Amino acid sequence: MSGHSTYEPKTGFERWLDSRLPILRFAQDTMVSFPTPKNLNYWWTFGGILAMMLGIQIVTGIILAMHYVPHVDYAFNSVERIMRDVNYGWLVRYTHANGASMFFLAVYVHMFRNLYYGSYKAPREVLWILGCIIYILMMGTAFFGYVLPWGQMSFHGAVVITNLIGAIPLVGPSITTWLWGGFAVDDPTLNRFFSLHYLLPFVIAGVVGLHIWALHVPGNNNPTGVEVKSKEDTVPFHPYYTVKDGFAISVFLILYASFVFFMPNVLGDAINYVQANPLQTPLHIVPEWYLLPFYAILRAVPNKLMGVVAMGGALITLFVLPWLDTSKVKSMRYRPTARLYFFIFILACLVLGVCGAHAPDDLVIPGFSGLQFLDANINSYVWLSRIGALYYFAYFYVITPLLGLTETPLPVPDSISTPVLSHPASAPTGAAASPEKRG
Amino acid sequence: MVDTVAGAGPDPHVSGDDPNRRDFIHIAAGVAALGVVGGLAWPFIDQMNPAGDTLALASIEFDLSKVVQGQQVVVKWRGKPLFVRYRTPAEIAAAIKDDHADLRDPQTDEARHKPGKAQYLVLIGVCTHLGCVPTFGGGDYGGWLCPCHGSVYDTSGRIRRGPAPKNLEVPDYSFLSDTKIKVG
Repeated sequence: MSGHSTYEPKTGFERWLDSRLPILRFAQDTMVSFPTPKNLNYWWTFGGILAMMLGIQIVTGIILAMHYVPHVDYAFNSVERIMRDVNYGWLVRYTHANGASMFFLAVYVHMFRNLYYGSYKAPREVLWILGCIIYILMMGTAFFGYVLPWGQMSFHGAVVITNLIGAIPLVGPSITTWLWGGFAVDDPTLNRFFSLHYLLPFVIAGVVGLHIWALHVPGNNNPTGVEVKSKEDTVPFHPYYTVKDGFAISVFLILYASFVFFMPNVLGDAINYVQANPLQTPLHIVPEWYLLPFYAILRAVPNKLMGVVAMGGALITLFVLPWLDTSKVKSMRYRPTARLYFFIFILACLVLGVCGAHAPDDLVIPGFSGLQFLDANINSYVWLSRIGALYYFAYFYVITPLLGLTETPLPVPDSISTPVLSHPASAPTGAAASPEKRG
Repeated sequence: MVDTVAGAGPDPHVSGDDPNRRDFIHIAAGVAALGVVGGLAWPFIDQMNPAGDTLALASIEFDLSKVVQGQQVVVKWRGKPLFVRYRTPAEIAAAIKDDHADLRDPQTDEARHKPGKAQYLVLIGVCTHLGCVPTFGGGDYGGWLCPCHGSVYDTSGRIRRGPAPKNLEVPDYSFLSDTKIKVG
């Protein structure tokens, strides 16, 4: 896509096609000969894993839609029918349900890798923003999908999330009614959620196309954060990264399969195997694990509107990150102080996840009664999630801008090849030969 | 990769265009990948076949005492119309008379009903041309006429005229008692 093409049509047909629809040239330039930094580590394999996950979710989802009935009277039973009667229905459904979790697991690794190596910085801001859009689309798709089995958690989760919109002053309640298509979450809601759940993955696929386009213009970032300076710094995408990605995908599939075949329900909530009952809410409403940190931020704020604003703000913040970061050094490999705050940030996200899974008034340290501070016990998950949320925002709006101005980074190498070539003993001549060539 | 990095002297495994270890790995990996894809494809294909509950509903029982002589009852079986006809003696006689006429799909009337139960004719009511439902009482043979393309069946449900290639199909069924049959 960028730089000049190395594609040479070999047959008459390829020449004929190339002057009409240069699709083979496009494939060759983007997936075969694309110059890729030669020092990418395994954290860079998650892009390929995510592309695979999107494919798996679309294929299994289309199959499930062949057997699913989006009607409040039949939805729950049609899912049970898929599990019991449809040939391999259990396999397709467990692959799809656990696939959502695996998709989010991979996207979180992908995003944290991005934060650590500063991949969102110039010239890759648009690439990062497109990624954030994909992430939000994924959250919407996952939410709509979770409603479809019409279990207790599906129904009451949908009630809670749609009621968030009601927090908007003046127009909120009208918008909520418009979303529901009635006066509560009911059949019209289920039907439109099914429609949107089918639509959004294809929107995601479209944005993924833009994401890859935006990747191929500046090319990959790399663990040093130093831009590619010469051809010496790159290797062709195939076979080097097709094989590396392929290996990572295989390992990832082992993890995925171990969930699908040995603990398919461990990431879900047992109460969702009880059919939705609008007259009785489960004792404890929790979203799926991948949405827990945002749920914790929502509940950390004691005001309905401000809670929604905080949760939305946590997502919007990601979009402006490239302009909050003042550091000229991309990779935290050369930013020891930033690295420390980054690891605390990961911890804060995990703590928020744990907080989201517990009832707000649960005690963090059992047996320790704690003491009342303002509106809640200091030893409750409310306060822990407030600390977590505070760090989440402080990391982006205080630490990241200030650190870039005050810290002293370690010396950054001149090019990707420099750190390797400065140790002649570790780089035998011929190491960069072409093992993809025959022999 | 080790071979090239070592770089000391020519690789003893390489000689001209003979297959070497790398070719072997390529072929082995390709075949393994093909096997995996094939294995994974099957569940995705098989899921479209009839599901367990669909198959469980594939047979029905029918009480023949509900049909009187000269009457035809239509019931749904596997999503299609099933004709259960109580034939008059005149119809049976007409069917037997034509057993050796010039039939497109030759079959005797006896082969189309259960022994000793010539009065009961059980047929799948789907025209063997393109799947329409024939109506009783039309055509020149006292049997059925398909409204779509004019196929004519006789009192035994055999094709006599028109574009259909086969007789109306007789499903698998058996008598559970004198008046009760199980179809499928």
